[in-house]
Amino acid sequence: MDIIVEMLEDLHPEVDFEQCSSLIDDKILDSFDIVSLVTDLSEEFDITISVEELTPENFNSAKSIYEMVQRLID
Amino acid sequence: MQKNVLEYLEKTVISKPHKTAYVDKETSLTFEELYLKSKSIGSALSKRHYKEPIVVFMGKSPKTITAFYGVLYSGNYYVPIDEEMPYHRIELIFKSLSPKAVVCHEEQISTLNDFSYQGDIYLYENIIKTEIDQQRLDNIRERQIDTDPMYIVFTSGSTGMPKGVVASHRSVMDYVDNLSEILAFDENTVFGNQTPLYVDASLKELYPTIKFGSTTYLIPKELFMFPLQLVGYLNEHKINTICWVVSALTMISSFGTLDKERPKYLHTIAFGSEVFPIKQFNLWRKALTDAKFVNLYGPTEATGMSCYYEVNRSFELDEAIPIGRPFNNTDVMLLNENDQLAKDGEEGEICIRGTSLTLGYYNDFERTREAFVQNPLNSHYPELIYRTGDIGKYNEYGELVFVSRKDNQIKHMGHRIELGEIEMAANMAPDVNYAVCVFDDQRKRIILIYTGEATTAEIADFLKDKLPRFMIPNRIRKIDDMPFTSNGKINRNLLKEEYTRR
Repeated sequence: MDIIVEMLEDLHPEVDFEQCSSLIDDKILDSFDIVSLVTDLSEEFDITISVEELTPENFNSAKSIYEMVQRLID
Repeated sequence: MQKNVLEYLEKTVISKPHKTAYVDKETSLTFEELYLKSKSIGSALSKRHYKEPIVVFMGKSPKTITAFYGVLYSGNYYVPIDEEMPYHRIELIFKSLSPKAVVCHEEQISTLNDFSYQGDIYLYENIIKTEIDQQRLDNIRERQIDTDPMYIVFTSGSTGMPKGVVASHRSVMDYVDNLSEILAFDENTVFGNQTPLYVDASLKELYPTIKFGSTTYLIPKELFMFPLQLVGYLNEHKINTICWVVSALTMISSFGTLDKERPKYLHTIAFGSEVFPIKQFNLWRKALTDAKFVNLYGPTEATGMSCYYEVNRSFELDEAIPIGRPFNNTDVMLLNENDQLAKDGEEGEICIRGTSLTLGYYNDFERTREAFVQNPLNSHYPELIYRTGDIGKYNEYGELVFVSRKDNQIKHMGHRIELGEIEMAANMAPDVNYAVCVFDDQRKRIILIYTGEATTAEIADFLKDKLPRFMIPNRIRKIDDMPFTSNGKINRNLLKEEYTRR
């Protein structure tokens, strides 16, 4: 989880990612961030994030991203 | 002879009054509605005479497009400002224009008050109800000429001040007519618009729609994060033509979307202003074997696009798709360092000649004179060319290829950006001593490197108010000391090497 928060902070140092659960709904992340994040997550956790995983629900908070990564590792 | 872009609409409204012109999530307008509402707006705005351009300060919507046409009916020219632009940039634009009239919605009024705008405010919802004064609109049209200004769009400027490019009816008609021929638009074209309305890229959908009586869907921005939903949207609305920035196309292809769901109605895909990675491009070509793929190239200063290349062969992974050849009625000259035509295969600056040239930069004769210059090959009568600052050459097939930039300008997410403008903004941040920007060409990231006491979070927060989203650095890095070259300049190459290393 910490690694994911760090990745997010690297993209937007000014956002409190521990608290925020509307990253997509409040337009904090944009398409560039998603591409960047998917690349970083795939490298870091050695997972393949398929296009079906790219949904607003999966990317709305650090926690939902974490849960998606957990699911893909298992 | 056609002298005004509104004549496109006036012809189409007769043959297709009830067809849908522009649609988004909330609004859908037929050609007749568009025609009547814009004439109402034109009638309202022309009650007073404004010398200054009229600002349209609205979000992305068919209503905004109606407001553009309304401004044109009033005989004036429009400046699109979007609420997604940062506060400081809007302020700079207002400073450069000193506008006396703004068309907006209720929700923009507080922003206007914030920077003590003194001029007239026209609420869209009110002025679309104005009674049409046909006599006045006719009188206005009669006095207009085709080289009258039509809009101003702002591009990044290296000094920190955005440059307002003024285009005329003539240059837009030249662009729209020739682009339509190349991409074979007609009444059956269904556009899926991606680009914001405040950049000239959106001319590709706006004006062909009224020229042919086509339909344009304004695609919700958030869909560009979720490729499966995006392709679903294209199929649901039977969209067959897209003119997108490369990053929007690669967003779809890079996640294997095209294997899962194919955009089955798409037959024309235009892209441009950035390098299309061949691996991604091949995925598109494989998925849509019968579609037409066209690379477009051109500066805002020559109205939209100036060159095109229709892909007709396969490319090696390390090859770049050519920018091809100029549009009909546009000429490209490659000038070498001595201002002579570059020899076969030699590199030169891409210089553009033709009716498509815009009128220049608003309120900036000096920078206009630097870029719009007398054709150095003609010493007999006045003839302007536009110097793009792009370096190009001809390949073995005689096609024009883009080589590099002469200066610090980059292309990122389809936008043209002066790194100097980002540096200028970052250097204004409290507790920043020195800020330098480099671009990672491989990963397509803007990296800001700075010295000073400020934290990265403080800088990111500061920049959000100063710069548009696409200019905000993707990475911010703090260092103790700036590296200098032997002659005392910041060693940008060293920084770039260090921070773009894989």
